[in-house]
Amino acid sequence: MAELAVAVRDPSALPGGDPVLNDMTIQVATVNGSGSQSANTVLLRTIFQMGVPVSGKNLFPSNIAGLPTWYSVRASKDGYLARKKEVDLLVAMNAETAREDVAQVRPGGAVVYDAPLGLAQLRGDLAFYPVPFDKLVGSITGDAKLKKLLRNMAYVGVLARLLELEMAEVERAIHKQFGKKAKALELNLAAAHAGFEGAAALQKRDPYLIRRMDATRGKVIVDGNSAAALGALFAGVTLVTWYPITPSSSLVETLIGYLRKYRIGPDGKATFAVVQAEDELAAIGMVIGAGWAGARAMTATAGPGISLMAEFAGLGYFAEVPAVVFDVQRVGPSTGLPTRTSQGDVLSTAFLSHGDTQHILLFPATVEECFSMAVEAFDLAEGFQTPVFVLSDLDLGMNNWMSDPFSYPEQPIRRGKVLSKEDLDRLGEFARYKDVDGDGVTYRTLPGTDHPAAAYFTRGTGHDEHARYSERAEDWEGNLERLARKMDGARSAVPAPIAAGKGARLGVLAYGTSHHAIVEARDELRRERGIETDYLRVRAFPFAREVHAFFESHERVYVVEQNRDGQLAALLKLDLAPELAARVRSIAHITGLPLDARSVTEELAMMEGR
Amino acid sequence: MASAPPATPRTNRIGLSVLDYRGLKTTLCAGCGHNAISERIVEAMFEMGVRPERVAKFSGIGCSSKSPAYFLSRSHSFNALHGRMPSVATGALLANRTLIGLGVSGDGDTASIGIGQFVHLMRRNLPIIYIIEDNGVYGLTKGQFSATADLGSTLKTGIVNELLPIDTCALAIQLGATFVGRSFSGDKKQLHAMLQAAIAHRGTVMLDIISPCVTFNDHEGSTKSYAYVKEHDEPLQELSFVPSFEDISVEYAPGTTVDVALHDGSRLRLRKLEEGYDPREKVVAVRRLMEAHAQSEVLTGVLYVDTSAESFVDRLHLPDRPLATLPQEAVRPPRAVLDEVMEALR
Ligand SMILES: Cc1ncc(C[n+]2csc(CCOP(=O)(O)OP(=O)(O)O)c2C)c(N)n1
Ligand code: SF4
Ligand SMILES: [Mg+2]
Repeated sequence: MAELAVAVRDPSALPGGDPVLNDMTIQVATVNGSGSQSANTVLLRTIFQMGVPVSGKNLFPSNIAGLPTWYSVRASKDGYLARKKEVDLLVAMNAETAREDVAQVRPGGAVVYDAPLGLAQLRGDLAFYPVPFDKLVGSITGDAKLKKLLRNMAYVGVLARLLELEMAEVERAIHKQFGKKAKALELNLAAAHAGFEGAAALQKRDPYLIRRMDATRGKVIVDGNSAAALGALFAGVTLVTWYPITPSSSLVETLIGYLRKYRIGPDGKATFAVVQAEDELAAIGMVIGAGWAGARAMTATAGPGISLMAEFAGLGYFAEVPAVVFDVQRVGPSTGLPTRTSQGDVLSTAFLSHGDTQHILLFPATVEECFSMAVEAFDLAEGFQTPVFVLSDLDLGMNNWMSDPFSYPEQPIRRGKVLSKEDLDRLGEFARYKDVDGDGVTYRTLPGTDHPAAAYFTRGTGHDEHARYSERAEDWEGNLERLARKMDGARSAVPAPIAAGKGARLGVLAYGTSHHAIVEARDELRRERGIETDYLRVRAFPFAREVHAFFESHERVYVVEQNRDGQLAALLKLDLAPELAARVRSIAHITGLPLDARSVTEELAMMEGR
Repeated sequence: MASAPPATPRTNRIGLSVLDYRGLKTTLCAGCGHNAISERIVEAMFEMGVRPERVAKFSGIGCSSKSPAYFLSRSHSFNALHGRMPSVATGALLANRTLIGLGVSGDGDTASIGIGQFVHLMRRNLPIIYIIEDNGVYGLTKGQFSATADLGSTLKTGIVNELLPIDTCALAIQLGATFVGRSFSGDKKQLHAMLQAAIAHRGTVMLDIISPCVTFNDHEGSTKSYAYVKEHDEPLQELSFVPSFEDISVEYAPGTTVDVALHDGSRLRLRKLEEGYDPREKVVAVRRLMEAHAQSEVLTGVLYVDTSAESFVDRLHLPDRPLATLPQEAVRPPRAVLDEVMEALR
């Protein structure tokens, strides 16, 4: 714990203490709907533009306006992107939560607060900075509504003064945010400056400073939903259906924007169709219909929608129809915490539907993977003629992440085993479900293929190789075994796991956004507890062979995930030989907040008895 | 006079014989209305000279939804989920707008479990022929009432239906379908002409075809039995269909006939049997349907037709070529686009 135990300093002694550079969490507490989002983005971008690795997390309520909301910005010279539990610097703008917010700040931290809240007496171990925000923005506008908005940009100015952010970068970020909206631009610039000037009188009594680095050059900032939308755009998606649900809506909304911009020809013809369906049953139904007819079709949803899609998911699996479904996971069961993040749909989606159903799942951990896996999902869906679920989550989908720019897909689009009229002429026969190549993946034809032998009858009922109705035991068993073989083949076609470490006894296995906490937790474990770990980040289900090998070469494997029951751990136990399954150790938690490293470090160390 | 279907020639205008439109042997009960409808579909497709490979068949779950296996074996078919055929058909027909979509559903499949998808399909005016083979019961699950069962109709067990029926035609008209008709599986002539017109129409065609279930709902006391429908059938018009490729001009006394020009150049002639009924007027159509219910009439004929409304594929500005088979150049933007987007995110 040595490194983390921050001495409780006498506030009066702070100015003399060592500065803490480029390593802090700033938490902004506001009220939902007060327009703080732009200010927070400007704060994030300013730090990013100063070359300092940064991540931002929006913790918002399921509400349009009025409930408390928090935004945390973490600057990390070491490049850690996970949420950090400890708050170093609080911006308290919400009277309702102010007391609780102040209690969260770590000893030695600082609080910028709206002066009328009068928080300074709450704690003796923090630096308090009262700022009269209303007065500061009062000189910019008389409009009460605008004032409320501008208060937010004013705290960016205050922070710029306290943290020594470069005002030129603040201005650049404001320009980026408000672009061509001249009036908004002017007002926000004024508000930031008012904050900056207003804070000149404050005497700096905390150690936190941002200093220019060079760790973000060439990088982009983007949220996972936009990244997935871009992936779908470049995958050549042609049918998009959806039924709005947080946190997936912005994926489709962004995609619609891109499609309109880049996929409408000079003749005004669109190379895509978007349908806002009547519900998720219809959304997936349309995708299945379109996939059957040969389109690259997708939908995006979250837990409740996934539940509704169950029957179609089974049909897609059994009738062997390509489909791509993005599940931006939120907290369930039921409506749960609709604006909070989780990895709670893993187990149910792996087997979504009744009977012996199994699906391909992809687990993006970064925005870059939201992009690349979106592209891959379509190739896999068409390659294996089956629904593919991309399990993102709210933290990845809706928060802004720093990333290397995405690479243009080098592989041409792969449409899978589709027979044309010419193929049929040559072959002379066609049996839809006959395993010609021995890989379990059979040939299909598309409706409209101009050949008398092209047609087949797609059904959810038992069928033989010719897609004819059959209740014969051999047909049923043979078909199901072939489907299992097909899924087995997918193990080596899905994104392979990524390994890190150099031959430790202990393994850590994680997937999706838990990754970011693991990266940091492994460093903490090594540094603070002397525990060395190897790490395997699983990127897809069915599991690649490397996953088995990882268990073979480690005494114990800690499977870390953001749900209650250890869903991926359960999936692994189903897949592993019993002696390897016994090596699974589950670290599973769900609070609705993105996973932090400290929780993993402590639990793992405890389980190791260290 | 409107002519009976012409004697079937050996081959049609694209050189196919009626056998090329057949399906597998039916496994439905002998005498089931659904079988007769399958036969009418075969005839209509044959006579219209539709290339079977251009047709995509869709259905939900039920005896009725099995029937696509019993016609047009040379057409692709998708037997989907109970009540969810509309979404599957929508996706497929958007993926390939050049297909002729033919959906077959049941009254249970449409009016109960599938009512949500049904009403939204009607709203979109997607080009499709949507047929409800309406027997007032769930045939496949052995005869429970469906939501189109009439008030007071009885099951074999004596159970009386105490709820008002959903009139799928009235719904379809109100919601935006552009060709709505009701017919009877036993009325060869009317159904034949109606199906031909349906093939010629571009937009959502909704046909509610009373199709008695001989096993579970053909008894005394049922309002969907052969006997009841024959007795209460109230045809609005006498239908005759003149395909685009036939040039027959017959003169009618003014005011006796509504002549509808369909999208492919063919004509639907409706000789009025009822004074003042114009199938181009929504309000009249819905009112007349309500009256028919009050009078226990089975009102048949073309209830509503609108050949001017924009279809779903038009509104989406789809290219002529199917989305499904657009080449990579058309659907994957060039490298420069990604560079541009990345630059904006810096
Ligand atoms: C989700 C679901 N629930 C229930 C069923 C059972 N089921 C099969 S067919 C059917 C009713 C079919 O009635 P209808 O559409 O009128 O067709 P008919 O057999 O009368 O032609 C039902 C309830 C099912 N297949 N799927
Ligand atoms: S049970 Fe009724 S609906 Fe089903 S096939 Fe027999 S007669 Fe037709
Ligand atoms: Mg029925």
